[in-house]
Order: sequence, then C-alpha cells, then structure tokens
Amino acid sequence: MTDVLEAADAADAAVGDIPDGATVLIGGFGTAGQPMQLIDALRRHGATDLTVVNNNAGNGDHGLAALLKTGNVRKIICSFPRQSDSWVFDDLYRSGRIELEVVPQGNLAERMRAAGAGIGAFYGPTGVGTPLAEGKEERTIDGRDYVLEYPLRGDYALIKAHTADRMGNLVYRKTARNFGPVMAAAASTTIAQVEQVVDTGDLNPESIVTPSIFVDRVVLTS
Amino acid sequence: MSEPLSKEPLSKDEMAKLIAKDIPTGAFVNLGIGQPTLVADHLDLERGVVLHTENGMLGMGRAAVGDEVDLDLINAGKVPVVETPGASYFHHADSFAMMRGGHLDVCVLGAFQVSVRGDLANWHTGAEDAIPAVGGAMDLAIGAKDVFVMMTLFAKDGSSKLVGECTYPLTGVSCVSRVYTDYGVFEITEQGVRVTSSYGATVDELRERTGLDLTSG
Repeated sequence: MTDVLEAADAADAAVGDIPDGATVLIGGFGTAGQPMQLIDALRRHGATDLTVVNNNAGNGDHGLAALLKTGNVRKIICSFPRQSDSWVFDDLYRSGRIELEVVPQGNLAERMRAAGAGIGAFYGPTGVGTPLAEGKEERTIDGRDYVLEYPLRGDYALIKAHTADRMGNLVYRKTARNFGPVMAAAASTTIAQVEQVVDTGDLNPESIVTPSIFVDRVVLTS
Repeated sequence: MSEPLSKEPLSKDEMAKLIAKDIPTGAFVNLGIGQPTLVADHLDLERGVVLHTENGMLGMGRAAVGDEVDLDLINAGKVPVVETPGASYFHHADSFAMMRGGHLDVCVLGAFQVSVRGDLANWHTGAEDAIPAVGGAMDLAIGAKDVFVMMTLFAKDGSSKLVGECTYPLTGVSCVSRVYTDYGVFEITEQGVRVTSSYGATVDELRERTGLDLTSG
C-alpha cells in the first residue's frame, strides 16, 4: 500500500524515519528530476553518516548541495561530481570531509537496476583496462572482456515524478525521468515527490512508467 | 595522397562539417559534451540522423531559446534543448543499454590522447589534485559501433595527442575507429594508422611531427 501525503509538512513526515547511516538514492541529473523538497526535508531531519547515490554531487547551494553542506553525508557515490557549480562538494572533498566513489554513469544505472531486479552481480564491458576496473574480477566471454560489477541497493530512494495516482503509480516528465524508475526499484523504501495526484484509474495503464509496487510514499508538492 | 587538401589546418567548424558528412543516413548518434556538439549544426535533418542524449532521450533537437526553455528537457551537458518529431524518453538503465548493447551507430567524443591502437584517454589528466569525474565517457567509448574522436592534433605545448601509448589514464581500450583533427583524418586499423586526408601539412610532415609510422592513401 502506498501512502499519499498531501499536508503542508508532507515531505518532513515522509523522510522522518530515515536513520543515521542509511544509504539514500537521490534522483536527478543535475537539477532535472532532483527531488528538492524531499532533500530539504532530509536536511531538516538531520540524519547523519549518510551514503548518498546521485549522478552528480550537487549544484549551486540548493538541494543536494545544501544537504552535503551540513556534513551529514559521509560518502557520495556518483559518476560526475566535478561541475562548474559544484563548489560545496569540491570544498568538502579537498578538505577530506567526504568520501567519493566514482562510477561510470551506465554502471551506476545498471548496478541499481541489478539491485532492483534481484541480480547477484553482472559482467559489464565498461571500464575494462581503465583505473576504474582495477582490482575487479575480469572475465572473457565470447572474445570480449568484462569486469564484475555488484548491485547498488538503497535503504531509501528519494525521487521526483510528475504525476502519481492514489495507488502510487508514477508518470515522469521529459528528461527529468532519468534515474527515477531505476532507483524506485532499487530501494527498500521509495519516496516520490510529485506535482499532481490523480484518482486511481485516471492514468492510462499503458502509459505508467513506474508501477506502484515500487513506490511506498507519495508526497504532493505545490 | 600525400599532399594536403588545404593550405591551412581546419577550423573547429570545418572539422565538425567533415564529421557530419561521414555520419551515415538514418544513424543513431551520440555527440559528446564540448566540441562534438558542433557536429549537430551540420547534420542535414532530411538524412534522418537521430541524436541520442545519455540522460534519456532519442530525437534530441537544437538548443532551446526563449519560451522553449524547459528545465525538465536538457541534454547531457545540462543545456535546455527541444524535441524533434518522433522523440522518445527513457530511464538511465535503458539509455546506457542502447550504448552497451551495441544499438548506437556512432558516437563523437573529445580526447586528451588517442593511441595508435585506438585506446582513448579523455576523462582524467591524472593530476593528483584533480577531482575524478567520468560521467558516461567510459560507457560511450565501448558502446557505439563506431567511435569518432574530434580533437586538435597537437596539445598547447606542441606535443602530438595521437600517440604510440597513452600516458593519461584510459577511458577505453582499442575503441576508437577514426580520429578527426585540424591537420588530418586518421583511421585506426589492425595494420596501423592510415591518414585519409591532411590539411595544412603533408603526410610526411605529419609523420615527423607526430613521430608515428603513418600510412596514407
């Protein structure tokens, strides 16, 4: 059963049980699809020692960057931390106050997909012969070289979609979809912030992108 | 063919034009961040080339202007773009499956160095204090049927970026098929590097300046 939260403090209520030490998958590519209200609520909630998975490491001073600035994130797993506006992360990293695991973008997505799909590990061709494959198990299959990659699970996923129905089925908007569907399946508890909630049955079943089985809480943001 | 096709080396725009001409009709193409995006300006839409952007879209159009700007519709460089008719959206795992699964025909990438065997170095200078950031570069390098590199042939210090062995950390091994530079186009083959055209220098001069055993014709 998916809870649909619509009160003014819905975002705070939705993230209130995230414990210290949790691994939190956070959707978005840059700011597109970044669940700002949920991230702000997590910052206010104050859980510490977090591991955060996101494609980037925050932009400007808002959203993920503001969460990092609290010092409550111990480690970030991402593909592209360094950007023109990633000064919050850059400063934390250079002063040794945050751990970084850089993962090729496709491996980041596929490792979460594997977690959501119950795959134990997979052999992927990305990164073979590069520093990012060092120490990983390698195998040649049908003449092509692969490295072994492990699933990446979340305790929580915070994602942004456009529309939910009251069961928690989700539809996204344009390239803001990015990591949302993959993260929704890869976390034990998935919280989606949405711009509108419609009655069950009002979404075309053929058009639903993330089925409600992957969604635990929906937060309506204004 | 050892005489240059022009007296001067090519401009960035001329390089982009050359690459666009070599992209087959109906190809699915990913243009990397930076210089390669210039190729889009020279693609004739009637040839049915479909642009892929790894953040989750096929059928990407030009940069958005004015009222068209929609922050939910961006390219891999996080620049707002527009849709073309027949565009589609998909999540990241599907987007990278399109690369890894061999569905993408061509990608065009920038590079710090390319080796004579087609090894690519384009994500990290190896500097101790640099913050490592790879994005989709490693997935793209091994994921398209043809990987074209677009770069200047020489670094600012005059050293060749086409090298016997890359000294920067690798992005992918034996993955580049063709290198488009201001001084010439280089095809990476099992037999070595072949110069298919040169600009502003003869093939002999390129051999001398790169120190590489280049074939031509």
